[in-house]
Amino acid sequence: MDVSLDLLMNAVISGLLLGGFYAAVSIGVAISFGMLDIVNIAHPAFILLGSYVAYIANTMLGIDPILAAVIVLPAFYLLGMAVYQVYYVAFERRDDQSLRGLSFFFGLLFIAEVGLILVFGVDYRSVSARYIGPSLQLVLFDLPWRLLVPFLVSMVMAVGLQVFLSRSFLGRAIQAVAQDQLALQLMAANPVKIKRIAFGLSIATASLAGACLIIIQPVEPSIGREYIGRVFAICVLGGLGSFPGMIIAAMTLGIVESLTSTFFGPSWAPAVAFGVLLVTLAVRPSGILGR
Amino acid sequence: MTALLHIEGLGKRFGGFVALDGIELEVQDGERLGLIGPNGSGKSTLVNCICGTLQNEQGSVRFAGEKLDGLLAHERTRRGLARSFQLPRPFASLSLAENLRIPILYAVNARNAGALPTAAIDARCRGLLGEVGLAEKADRLPRDLTQIEMRKLELARAMAAEPKLLIADEAMAGLSHTEVDEIIALLIRLNGQGVTVIMIEHIMRAVMEFSQRLAVLVAGKKIADGAPKDVVRDAEVVRAYLGE
Amino acid sequence: MRGTPFILILIAVAGVVFGLARWLDNSYAFFVGYVVVQYIVLGTAWNILGGYTGYVNFGITAFFAIGAYSSVVLHKLVPTLPLPAMIVVGGVMAGIVGVGTGYLTLRLRGVYFSIATLALAVVVQTLITNWDFVGGARGAYVLRPRTAPLIGGGYIDYLFLIMLGLCVAALATARAIERSSLGFGFAAIRDDEAAAEASGVPTLRLKLIATGLSGGFMGMAGAPLPFYVTYLDPASGFSLNYAVNAIAMPLIGGTSSWLGPVVGAVLVGGLQEYLRVTISSAVNVLVAGVLMVMFVIIAPQGIVGLFQRKRR
Repeated sequence: MDVSLDLLMNAVISGLLLGGFYAAVSIGVAISFGMLDIVNIAHPAFILLGSYVAYIANTMLGIDPILAAVIVLPAFYLLGMAVYQVYYVAFERRDDQSLRGLSFFFGLLFIAEVGLILVFGVDYRSVSARYIGPSLQLVLFDLPWRLLVPFLVSMVMAVGLQVFLSRSFLGRAIQAVAQDQLALQLMAANPVKIKRIAFGLSIATASLAGACLIIIQPVEPSIGREYIGRVFAICVLGGLGSFPGMIIAAMTLGIVESLTSTFFGPSWAPAVAFGVLLVTLAVRPSGILGR
Repeated sequence: MTALLHIEGLGKRFGGFVALDGIELEVQDGERLGLIGPNGSGKSTLVNCICGTLQNEQGSVRFAGEKLDGLLAHERTRRGLARSFQLPRPFASLSLAENLRIPILYAVNARNAGALPTAAIDARCRGLLGEVGLAEKADRLPRDLTQIEMRKLELARAMAAEPKLLIADEAMAGLSHTEVDEIIALLIRLNGQGVTVIMIEHIMRAVMEFSQRLAVLVAGKKIADGAPKDVVRDAEVVRAYLGE
Repeated sequence: MRGTPFILILIAVAGVVFGLARWLDNSYAFFVGYVVVQYIVLGTAWNILGGYTGYVNFGITAFFAIGAYSSVVLHKLVPTLPLPAMIVVGGVMAGIVGVGTGYLTLRLRGVYFSIATLALAVVVQTLITNWDFVGGARGAYVLRPRTAPLIGGGYIDYLFLIMLGLCVAALATARAIERSSLGFGFAAIRDDEAAAEASGVPTLRLKLIATGLSGGFMGMAGAPLPFYVTYLDPASGFSLNYAVNAIAMPLIGGTSSWLGPVVGAVLVGGLQEYLRVTISSAVNVLVAGVLMVMFVIIAPQGIVGLFQRKRR
């Protein structure tokens, strides 16, 4: 009994930390899908791109992965703006987001995956940093720094974006853009420009999320796909566009996955997100905090 | 004689917002009813609850003696209820004739439990387009149409379902004076063929000219119902429209 | 039957193709032909839902692999079962999964269905990876007979013939849908779902029919796969290539008619084979993705659409 309680405790703690990291992965989609109504299923591909950038910086230049992610943040932001520009011209303006817009992102996902395979091969890649390995020893349990650092990065990112979105003019304009484009135009703000900035931000988060990913686990090009189900399960469960809801949903999924890994084996974990997603869509499509 | 459409204690909420509250409304067979009310008064919600696009939480809708509550929109259309949309919603990839084909295939055929031969369907589509003056554009796509032609297509598609009751939701918004007259004439002609019509409209001239009876919705409640001339003089209606 | 001449022409074309392959008497021709025809089936299946109703299914590998693994299971349980019977079972299984997924998600906006199908691919892969009976992550070997039943020659001849038959069935179904009231109902759903409901179209039921048919044909296309590859593991059975090709080919060829997926599959499939031989197998898989992105941006109507527009 003692052992299983210990096991349970550890599973919940690491699930919580993992969930914090999932929030970092999902926050970009919470912006693009939740606020801009752009179903960017290629988001995990951008995250993997972030992982590989961190990998190069780390192995070739010896830079800390998180620091590397911060340095390339502007580049990811510009990349996001460019992708949105193409999406806007080719699909949003033609009012053809569903069939062809979705296929566009699916194509990007695939091209990114194959491109990464061509460059890096299918081997697992990892980074080295001082906090990968040791744990923070507490009385009842250990907190591995490998999970703690991404958790902290994720929370800082979430709080920062939340403050930006609720306090600044631009942030409020982003929150308004999906709901009322006309009102925005009356405020002399160009909805396309605002969406471009917001989409840039959403891709910028992928840089940090990617660094966190490669700190938590070694990566290879196809693991991005596993995150599609996770990310959208989290965003739908959290109620689209709400950061607090998303964080709660991310932690819930993290804990459920961690419990599943502990008690049924890690190979079952990817199925959890799908179950959560389907149940949410079937029972409560507006999410846990939804109206 | 029982009414064709009988609405009793109809209520609809969106979260905490009460969109419709205790609506009572009867429409007799063959009648022309006008339904007016300021923006946001619940007219469109009422249409959606009657047609099954939304489901009402309270009260009931009876049509031709049958309870409609819980039925989906397509099931109501098959029972003889048709509507036009406020903003025209044509099937953009289908020609005009094919647009009318959909309700014939799915409402008329389902009702009569037998498939009309293709030639008969095509003749019917072209005939209906002729009635609204779109015969020459039967093989064109909706994107080639003007505003008023789009409204006519919308009405023709509703008519193609061979309804007993047609709800025309702001079929004239944005049209010119003579175009409004054209649509009114069209609706009166349909009514002459035995179709009951509910007209929802902001253009008072059109409503007064068309309606035999007028009902007024304000803030989700029906505040007046009667002969058009009496209703527009009603103190409460005047207050609702002009403010206090 | 109105569609009879069309079916006869299809059978004649399939017969000529098969005869040509036999005349060449080159197993390479059969292997390449099998792949291209398989993609015509997959693309047509995807297009029945995606092109006709506008609902995007990304979970092609899930349906395809359900078909493939049904055959693995059946082959282990009843080794003597003929392939056509396995195809029927695989198709029914995949069709049921399609209808089930659709029933849970098709009431919502289309994107939720798409996302659910993406996740479905991952979950089916997880299930099969954990299922030891079909080899789990290690994969399963399937011994195929040395010679073809009925027609003689190599077994690949038989596989190719079976796939040609499936292709005829898929194309005949797709064309019959286009010309029937079902096709008009699908088009109405694609154009405007609320207006379709208001016109009497039972949208949910039609969408479920499309999902079932689409998933069923994908499953059928997957059923002969274990015999084609003789070794099937989750990584190859769920390869993203299948999904990308099945979506890219209709989008490149044109989604509005049965001809689009055929044109797309023959062009892209042929190009991929050419690149695989001349450059490398890594580059050939990129082609479908790159072409698809280019086409949806520059020529959203596809190749067939480009010609149709001139006619209108």
